[in-house]
This record gives sequence, structure tokens and C-alpha cells, in this order.
Amino acid sequence: MIIETLLVSAPDWAIRHSAVLIPVVPMIVAPILALSPSGRLAWLITIAATAATFYFALLTLSIVQATPGGIISYPIGNWPPPIGIEVRIDALNAMILLIVSGMAFLASIFAWPTMLAEVRKEKIGLFLCAFLLCVSGLCGVAATGDAFNLFVFLEISSLSTYVLVAMGSSRDRRALPAAFDYLIMGTLGASFYIIGVGFLYAVTGTLNMADIAAQLPALTGNRAVQVGFAFIIVGLGIKAAMWPLHQWLPNAYAYSPSLVTMFLAATATKVALYALIRWLFTIFQPDYAFEQALFYWVLAPLGIAAMLVCSFQAVFQTDVRRMLAYSSVAQVGYMILGISIGTAAGVSAGLLHLFNHALMKGALFMAVAGVCLTYQGTTIRDFAGLGRSAPFTMTAFAIAGLSLIGVPLTAGFLSKLQLGYALFDHGWWWAVLLVVFSSLLAVFYIGRVLQAVFFQPPINPRKHRKEAPLLLLVPLWILALANIYFGIDASFPAGLARDGAVAALGMEALQ
Amino acid sequence: MWEFILDRAGYWAIIGLMMISLYIAFSAENLIKRLVGLSLFQTTICLFYVTLAKVTGGTAPILLEEDIPVHGPGDEPPFQASPEDAQLLAATGERFADLVHTYSNPLPHVLMLTAIVVGVATLSVGLALIVRIREAYGTIEADDVRALDIETAGLQDAEAEKDLREATA
Repeated sequence: MIIETLLVSAPDWAIRHSAVLIPVVPMIVAPILALSPSGRLAWLITIAATAATFYFALLTLSIVQATPGGIISYPIGNWPPPIGIEVRIDALNAMILLIVSGMAFLASIFAWPTMLAEVRKEKIGLFLCAFLLCVSGLCGVAATGDAFNLFVFLEISSLSTYVLVAMGSSRDRRALPAAFDYLIMGTLGASFYIIGVGFLYAVTGTLNMADIAAQLPALTGNRAVQVGFAFIIVGLGIKAAMWPLHQWLPNAYAYSPSLVTMFLAATATKVALYALIRWLFTIFQPDYAFEQALFYWVLAPLGIAAMLVCSFQAVFQTDVRRMLAYSSVAQVGYMILGISIGTAAGVSAGLLHLFNHALMKGALFMAVAGVCLTYQGTTIRDFAGLGRSAPFTMTAFAIAGLSLIGVPLTAGFLSKLQLGYALFDHGWWWAVLLVVFSSLLAVFYIGRVLQAVFFQPPINPRKHRKEAPLLLLVPLWILALANIYFGIDASFPAGLARDGAVAALGMEALQ
Repeated sequence: MWEFILDRAGYWAIIGLMMISLYIAFSAENLIKRLVGLSLFQTTICLFYVTLAKVTGGTAPILLEEDIPVHGPGDEPPFQASPEDAQLLAATGERFADLVHTYSNPLPHVLMLTAIVVGVATLSVGLALIVRIREAYGTIEADDVRALDIETAGLQDAEAEKDLREATA
């Protein structure tokens, strides 16, 4: 129903250009913010820009669902693909675009109170400029249908992310080395990706993803294709924080400003994972022998290792943000495990978990941002007794935490259930046991925080404690309620994930 | 055997440079040296693409006189693919098969222009970060920075202990 109203109410130009406007709107607005004289004005413009992006993402999703075949192809500058650059949206990217732009919108609402506390006043315009560039880069990665263009957008988002992470230095100087390490690792990842694209270009003579996909079946067994494939997987693996390439992530999340942590945790690794899915399933078909071997011998073990090792590491963290960062790597492990099954059910479970993880990590980091603001501390001891003084923030934290564990009636439960079904159908029952075991570890690390929040007296009663500001509570509760709503009625995200998996694997995977 | 190696001399050089620069980027303790390694790595990628672009017997990709499409007013625009061309394109991936001269492929050069811009941006952000690290830590050696971080963490723990004791007292 929403789809029809959107399609009917949208003006003609919006329907024609919505696909390309998603990355273009924040990109055009970003430099304007850098010139904005006042921080508040810049903030209001940011909200308007991210709201517009979200609207175009919704509209694109509606158009994709309404078109037979489900593919929008937009030739940039009217140069027809494969020679020109193409923006190509199907059900898979439409879902990712919706997540990125939705999270950007919620993040920009709660940006104001956290920026006042963490960013110097004259820097707010520049800070938001980098934020919008990051949004634009992430949307561009998800929207483009050109392999090299993907690299450029990946670097736009990464470069602005390095700057954003480093902005945390006004609170803790450790943000600077964290940003530097991220810069080294992130640039190496993007460089590996571009080497892989070079190999594929040398063999196929094209950079258009659909065109590469069309030419690859004739090149079975070509060594250059296999080398390019390996480079691309490693490069995107670094960006997606695939274990053991995740070393940049915990520090970058722990020391960056609250806004950045929340936005990155909800979107950045997801977009890299999307690119991974696109390469694994749409461009290379999974019936290549070397890809089957990769699924079985590399991706599945790495996914399992991530969810076990990083959950263990999360249990022993004293800082809540570091703990959640390690948990993020573990959750990426679940998604990789789902992808490595290689069936439509597996990919759709991975995508559903990706969607739900954006909801729960967004809510968790937003609640932590609230504590950061009012209490100025992020260790578990700082959280003690907060359940009484900040009940709204902490209840939302608890809901998202339960969703992260996978308690029934929350979104996290349904995606883990679907992952379990997909694993079982594939005959990997031992992996189901490991998923359950890793969820038990999540009970430990989330439980430690919840126990401190609700059952311990405050450590230092003289320290100032109060509820987080309203601008933070509203988006926080939107996310927390979404966690519950999608845990009861998952038809919307599950439908998105199923369509996305079908779009990635091709129509025949439906059977 | 020697022919095989010498034919690919450019690629051997690229592999060697790539290995060296990757090693520098990972192992150097000095942050500037790390950036040098990273920058070298990105430059090597440019070399790789430019090497790919060379077509045997091809000249620089600037249209020579015989190949310039003749078109006056009212003619079709030069880059409109004719139906035969489109068929040829679909069959072989060969795009402009009707040229008199052989040209090297210009596209990788164009791509590398973009990659160079990205590299410059990365380098400048990295250098700016090093300046800030130097201001905040007084050093640009990664191991010294790590030692200082461990020290800070210890101090914070001690402070939290003190708070705790004051609160319970």
C-alpha cells in the first residue's frame, strides 16, 4: 500500500532519476555544509539531505518492486552501458540503500546533542560535511553497476570515515592512531580490490558488472580470473571486517565520536558485505569449482571462527563500546556463514541478519552514546545502576541487547532461526550447534552489562546521572521498537531479504 | 625460459615493488615510512594498469588521420554504433574493429588518473593524521605510541579505583 501511494505521489522527475539521486543528493549538499556559518544550520540541512536520500531510497525500492524483472538501469550522462557508467538497482541493492539511508537519517537526528559534547563548535559544519560524504560514498557503492566506480565510491566513504574517526581525538587521543591504522588497512583493502578488477579487466575488457558476468562463463579455468577473484575477495573482506582481517575495527569503533560509531556499525561493514555478495553470486556464478571450494574451505571456517573467537573476546572487554565492536565482527561472521552456504535460503538468512544487525547495533550504540553524553564514561562499571536513573535509555539498550542475543520475539531471533534452518537444510548441523554456542557467549557479554545496569548500585553516587536528551531518545526508541516489531512480524525484512537473495542468485534459485 | 621471464619484465618489476611496499606498510614502526609504503603500493597499481593497457604493436591512443571519422553537418554522431558494429560487439567484445592503426588502450590510463587522485587524497589525510598524532603524543613511532596508550589505560584504571574507594569510604 505504501508502495502505491509513494509511486502515485512522486513527481515524474523523481521517478525517473531516483536511483542516481540517492548518492548524488548527499554529495552535492556536503560541500555546502563545509561553508555553512553556523553549526545548527548545517545540522538542519543534514537532516533535510538525509531525509531526501531516505525518500529516494524508498521510492527506488517501490519502483524496483513494481517493475517486472526488478531491475532499474540508469545510464549516467546518457552513455549506454557497457561503455558508459551505469547505476543498476535490483532488489538486493534497493534493500542495502534503504538500510544505509534510513540509518543515516536516524543518525543525523541524534547528531546534535552528541556533536555539541564531542566536536568543537566551529568544526560542526565540516564534521557534518564528512558525514554526508560518507553517506554518499556508501550509497554509491550500493547503487553503482560499474566495478571501477565501486572502488571510487568505496574510497570516498573510507576517506571521510578516517576523518570522522580521527575527530574523536578531542575526547580521547587514542582515536588518532586508530584512524591511522584504519587508513592503512582500508587503503590496502581498496587497493587489493582494484588489483582484482584490473585482472578481470585484462581478461574481459569491460568494467560493467553485468557485462563481466556475461563474459565470464566463456573463461572457465582462466588463471587471471581466479587471481582477480582472490584479490577482490581479500580486498572486500578487509572492508567488511571478515575475520581475521578485522583488526582495524575495534579501535576505530571504540574511540570515534558517538555519531560515527553508531552510523559505521550500522552501515559500513554491511555495504562491503553487499559488494562481496554481488561479486560472489551475481558476477561470479557459484557453480565455479573454485568458488565452491572457497565457500567450503575459506568462508565458512572464517565465519565460524569470527563468531566464536570474537564473541569470546567480547566477553573479556571492560569497555562497552569495544565489547560491542567485537560483537560486530562476530555478527559479520554469522552473515558470512549464511553466505557461504551458497543457497538462496542461506543468502537470504545472511541478508535478514544484516538488516536486523543494523537495527540492533544502531540502537545499542545510540544508547551507549546517551551514556557517553550524560555520564562521560563507557566502561561497564560506569553503567552500574543506570537502570534506575536513566530507565528509558537503558530499557532500549536492553531490548536491543536481547535482540543481539536472539531472544524470541525480537528481530535477532528470527534471523538466527532462519540461518539455522538454512544450515540444517544444507546438512551443516554442526554449524547450527556452533551458532547456538556463540549466542550463549552473547548472553554472557550482554548479560554482564545488563546485570550491572539493573542489579548493581551506582559505583559513584556523586557523579551526575540523568536521562539522555530527547533528540537521542526518539531515534533510539524507533530502533528499539523496530527490533520488537520485526521480531513479531518479519514479513517486511524477510521479503526484502528473499527478493535480495533471488536478485543475487538469479531467478532459477527460487526453486 | 629466459625469454619467458624477460617477456614479462614489467610484471616482475611490479610484483617485486608490490611485495616490497606491502612489507614496508606492515612492518615499519615509523608512521611516515608506513605511508611511504602505502603510497608506493598505490603507485605500483598504476604501473600494473598502464602495463595492461599496452597493445602489441599499438601506438599512443591518439586518433591518427586515417582513423578520424569523417562527418559533416547532418551526419550521424561519430560514436553511434552501427547495427553491424553492435552485432560484432555482442559476438566478440571487439569494439572498434574498423580502425586502420592499432592503438594502445586509453581506458586504464583514465582509470589511473582517478586512482592517482584517490592516492593523493589518502596520502594527505594520512599525513594530516600523523601531524595530529605528533601533537598529541610527541612521537611518530608506532611502538612508542602503543607504549603511551598502555600507560594511559593504566592511569585510567588507577583513577577509577580511586573513585571507587572514595565512593565507598
